[in-house]
This record gives sequence, structure tokens and C-alpha cells, in this order.
Amino acid sequence: MTPTKAQDNHQGKMMTGAEIFVRCLVEEGVDTLFGYPGGVVIGIYDVLHDLTHIKHILTRHEQGATHAAEGYSKATGKPGVVLVTSGPGATNAVTGIADAYMDSIPLVVFTGQVVTKLIGNDAFQEVDIVGITRPITKHNYLVKDVNELANTIKAAFYIATTGRPGPVLVDLPKDVLAAKAVFDYPKTIALRTYNPTVEGNIKQIKKAAELLNEAKRPLLYVGGGVISSNASPEVRALADKLRAPITTTLHGLGVYPEQSKLSLGMLGMHGTWYSNMAVDQCDVLVAIGARFDDRVTGKVEAFAKNAKKIHIDIDPSAISKNVPVDVPIVGDVKRVLKHLNELVKPLETKEWLKSIDGWKAEHPLRYKHDESLRAQHVIHKLGEITDGDAIVVSDVGQSQMWTAQFFKWKHPRTCITSGGLGTMGFSLPAAMGAAFGRNDLPVICISGDGGFQMNIQELATIKQNNLPVKIFVMNNGFLGMVRQWQEFFWKKRYSHTHITSPDFVKVAEAYGIRGMRVTSPAEVESSIKTALNYTEGPILVEFVVAPEENVFPMIPAGQTVNEIMDSPEPLVQTHATHKTMIHAKG
Amino acid sequence: MASSTTKEQMKQHTISMTVENHFGTLNRIAGLFAAKGYNIDSLTVGPTEDEAVSRMTIVTRGDDQIIEQIMKQLHKLIDTIKVVDLTDDTFVDRELALVKVQSTPTTRMEIMQISEIFRTKVVDISPKTLTIEATGTQLKVDAIINMLKPFGIKELARTGRVAIKREFQSEA
Repeated sequence: MTPTKAQDNHQGKMMTGAEIFVRCLVEEGVDTLFGYPGGVVIGIYDVLHDLTHIKHILTRHEQGATHAAEGYSKATGKPGVVLVTSGPGATNAVTGIADAYMDSIPLVVFTGQVVTKLIGNDAFQEVDIVGITRPITKHNYLVKDVNELANTIKAAFYIATTGRPGPVLVDLPKDVLAAKAVFDYPKTIALRTYNPTVEGNIKQIKKAAELLNEAKRPLLYVGGGVISSNASPEVRALADKLRAPITTTLHGLGVYPEQSKLSLGMLGMHGTWYSNMAVDQCDVLVAIGARFDDRVTGKVEAFAKNAKKIHIDIDPSAISKNVPVDVPIVGDVKRVLKHLNELVKPLETKEWLKSIDGWKAEHPLRYKHDESLRAQHVIHKLGEITDGDAIVVSDVGQSQMWTAQFFKWKHPRTCITSGGLGTMGFSLPAAMGAAFGRNDLPVICISGDGGFQMNIQELATIKQNNLPVKIFVMNNGFLGMVRQWQEFFWKKRYSHTHITSPDFVKVAEAYGIRGMRVTSPAEVESSIKTALNYTEGPILVEFVVAPEENVFPMIPAGQTVNEIMDSPEPLVQTHATHKTMIHAKG
Repeated sequence: MASSTTKEQMKQHTISMTVENHFGTLNRIAGLFAAKGYNIDSLTVGPTEDEAVSRMTIVTRGDDQIIEQIMKQLHKLIDTIKVVDLTDDTFVDRELALVKVQSTPTTRMEIMQISEIFRTKVVDISPKTLTIEATGTQLKVDAIINMLKPFGIKELARTGRVAIKREFQSEA
């Protein structure tokens, strides 16, 4: 099974394009392939039939395959690999490709294509997928000659996984898969047009260190780039050495353990009060592997307006795109931080941390405790019971924001969610992909009733493979986030946001999956424990939660920290100073 | 980022880039401008001394931040070999226009004199028209077109700009 052995056996042999394709995957060390067969890729599936090196996962929809590959990649750090047929197979994969592009996830997506002489002819199941995906891939290829197949696949993996990662699509016409060539897989590849900068400029790193060493109120703002670069240890070392508070984006959750005093949790539109205050008040902001997204900055002119800004990112085009920065450093976050950490000195931040503690005490994350069941409560308890030792895959909307806020994030690669594109229906297939990649931690899918129904078909894939995914559906009978906006900004005119659902417990059971329903706060802890302790396969728990609950704090789109809205609930609260409990008297 | 005057903010830039001569490369670049909402005043493509490489000359406009983003985004494309903003260097640039202008026996000589003054060439002639080939900077091509307008321009075909950096750069 080792790649070298496989290479010895097959290098130099004459074989079909389909065989070359599969051999290339083996050489790349691909162990899991998410896909769906169809007319033009039957040849590949025929080769896969006898192959034990690669586990092919038959999803129930091509969108499920791409999201599963994303979940797999986020959880493991390896590229996610997808194989679909031409036409509708390819177009169904598009949403997942766009999602991976926005969130910089390395995917290699192979699509079948009609025979080369029919391309452009409106042939059966033909679509110009290279044209369609040009703006949503890091790069894409149409392979026209079987002799170029192996090199193209090598380049696709190389491009997807290096620099700022992203999806690469390779379109494979049927005749290219049938044609024969000598298998010759290159061990390495160099592209004259593509050489990402990995080492940061040392002068810039020194400038950054000088700026930091003078800081009175430093703040680290870290994003998903830290996780792609596997640089959590370096970020932790930097925060600890500087004694600087640290806030993360949605994709940065898990970079720094949230039970630490230095952690401010997530920032931005639904970030904590205190992280947004810290951004406003800091004098040096270090953005690491983050891109100043509009959900983070709100009104860009007002974002961290008192701070000198240092920005470390591997993508030069991410720098000064939205917010001008004082010290840009282009390079791999991990390598840059290794240098920077040596040059910085411990800072006197007691006063700064004291004001932050004040904000934490004044405006903790909180939710109301009464007889209603609330998603925040479920997620908060899930964090406590697992102690953060879980991979949590969230969907999009209110349940996603509550998951980000209330789970006790502790490890990198445990927060998996659709951030940039905001794809409803992401969580179930992505959790499935994560579970294929990792079995050291429980995998928990947290979805709303809307998003869950968008890729509900993947329950069948989960069952077929008996994956131990814990599926938590927060059913509030609404498309909650849109309803929240309608409540706040559209005079409570709930246009088409009320949603009915089937009996989710029966649905689960129909798929052969154990189902449970929870309706009161008293059952929360025991149901979570039941789900976590269930080892026989997947389990679904439907939480029937308060219908008109809102996500707080909230900075309305395009506004500033001055417009931050906090929960109007009376002060019966849980959960403050990141993830410690406060029970104030109500 | 220092703020500058409005005129400078939308300054015209001439970007010269070399790209892999693959099918779809032009589409990638044009698509990038469309998707990001950048202006293209003109775009020309042609082969270089290496047949696997094409040179594109793009004339665009924007403030400093937009131009910086355009440069970075173009550089980010996998097919891009090199991108240079020529604007602040000394460079040679040329455009070409073919102008079919109406002429009568009485105006013919005058048109030909104008052509001579601009050092352009008459490349086709008919009883009712003259076709003039004009090569030069954008300003020169604009100028001759303006001079010919009063005679009646029947048809006009004009290329975008091609540009190349001067070998000797002034020290200014």
C-alpha cells in the first residue's frame, strides 16, 4: 500500500487514462474519494472496482460529495478528492467548489466530460464546467491528451495544497480516459508561473516586532490561515509570550483554547462584546491568516481605528484589500511566526487585560434560563460535557453562530463550518466527511431545521457506512437568521421564513438511524450524554427549541462597535469570561 | 494609504503581462476584470518571442488601491508569468488605427496632407474614400482621428495599446 511500492509496480506500464487516473491518486496517497458515477466516468469506476487502496464513498448527491470532501480536508489537513460525472454531476458539485474557494480548502475535483470531438456540440450531459468554475477555483484544467494526464493531476494536487489552498478542477473527457499511454507519474513538479512566497521578509518581520515591543494594548486577530498552516502552536506561543489577548474569526476557532484568560472568543458581527471592544481599543492589531472580511470588520473605516496594523498572510492579494495595513508580511504564517516569536518581548499588559476583564464581566455571552429549550443551552452543555474534545460541524445561520459562541473551542481542526459562502446544507455532508477522516474525536453535526433539509439525503450515506456521526438538529420552525433580520430591520414581517419539517425522529428511523427528540431544558444533559455514548452508529437528536430566539451580540451589517446590540434579556445569565459560568441574580 | 486628488485617483495605468499561451487564459483575465468590477480601457494579446508565451497589454484605470489589487489579482492567476505596471517607468507604447474617410476630388489632397503631417500612411484609395493607417501613441491617434472627422469617417478600426519598457530608464 505504500506509494513507492505502487510506483514500482506501475511506473512505465502502458495503461488507459482511467487506470492512469486511479494510479495517480494512489501515488498522491489519496485514501478516500467522494463521488458519484455516471456515463462518461464508468471507465474509472471499473478500475476502482478492484482497487483496495482507495475507499470510494458513494454520496447521494454531488453537492454532498464536495462538502464531504471539504469536511474531510478541514478535519485532516489533507486535500479532499471528488469524482463526478459530466453535465449535472459537475454542476451539482459547483456549490461545494465555490464554498471551498471562499474558505481556502484544498480540494481536487475531477469531472467527467464528453468525448473531445463532441465538446461544444451540446452533447448529452455536456456542460462547460471549466468555464463555469473558472471564477470559483484556484485553477482548473481540461485534459485533452492522455499523455498530459499524469502531469496535470500532479499539478492539480500541488496547486490545491500549496500557497493559499483552494479547489482545483480537472475535466476528463471520456476518450482521454479510454486512450492509452505510458504511466509516468512525476515525483515533483515545478511550475514557472506559480511559486508561492513562504518565507516572510525579515525586514518586515523586524518592523512588526518593533511595533509589537512598543505596544500597550496589543491584540491578535487570527483566522483560518493559521489552521491551514498548522500554526496554532506558534500563535499560542506568540500570545503567551506577549501576554496579548487573542480573538479569532469563525475559521480561527480552536487556534487558542477558549478557557484561557487571554481568549476573547470570536469577533465580528456576532462576536463577543469584549472582542469587538478590544478591536476598537487596541493600539497594535496583528492579523494572522485572516482577511478582514466584512462580517468581521463591519464598517471598514472604523475597524481598529486606533491601531497600527500588522498583517501576516500567504496571499499577497489579501493584504490591504479591505483595510490598509502598516506592516504587511507575505509568507507562510507558521514560518513567519517562528521568526517573529524570537524577536518579541513580553509586554506589560496587566492594565489592558484588566479593562478586558471588565468588559467580560459587564457583557458576557448569555442566554435566558427558563422553561424554554434554547439552542445556546444545548451547545453550551455540549462544550462542557465534551470539554471541547470533539469535532463540531455547524451549518449556516443562527445555529452556526450559537455554535461558534457557546462551544468550548480547544483544538485546531475541530471547528468546521461554511464561513465565506455561508452554504446552508453544509453541515451534514461535511460532518460525514470529517468522520471518514478522523475517529479520534466524536464528530457532531449541528444544524437548523432549514439547512438540515437541504442535504438530508446524506443520511443514507452515513447509514450505509455506519458512521458514528452525532446529528443535532435545532428545530425552531423558522429560517432563524433571516427571521431575526426581519424582526430587527423589516418590521417583523416574517415573509417566507416559517418552515415546516417532517418528523425528524421518524425520518432518522426510516433511514435506519436512531432518533431522539428533546423538548425541555431538563433533558439536555442526559440526551447529549446518550448521544455521545452511543457507539453503534449514527444518532440523530432533534431539539425543539424556542422559535423566536435571537443571536446576540450583533453589530448590524456595515456598522461599528458603537452600534453593537446586546441581549435585552434580564440578567439571568450563563457563561462569561470566556466559558466560565456566571449566575447573576435575576 | 495617502489620499490624492480625484484625477490621480482614477489615473490610467498600462499593465504589461506575460502569460502561458493556453486556451482559456484570455478568458481568465477578462473574467477577473469583470468579476471584480475593474475597468478595461483596452486589452491586446499577441505572441512573444517564445511561442508558448503570450504578452497582454492592459490599459485600465483606478486609484492606487484598486491598481494594487489588480496587480496582485493578475499575479495570483496560475497562468501568469509576470506582471508589470509600466506607468511609472519610461516605456514605448503604440496603437494602430485604420481610418476609412470620405473623400472627394476637392478634399483628397487636403486629407493626404494631414496624413503626411502626422506621418501616417494612405493604404487604400477609391473614388469616394481614402483609408489611412495611423500608428502612434493614443494621443497621436486621437489627434488624427479628430482632424479627419470633419471629412466624414465611414469606418474606423482601432487596436488597443501595446507597450514595452524602455531599456534605458531615466534617473528621474
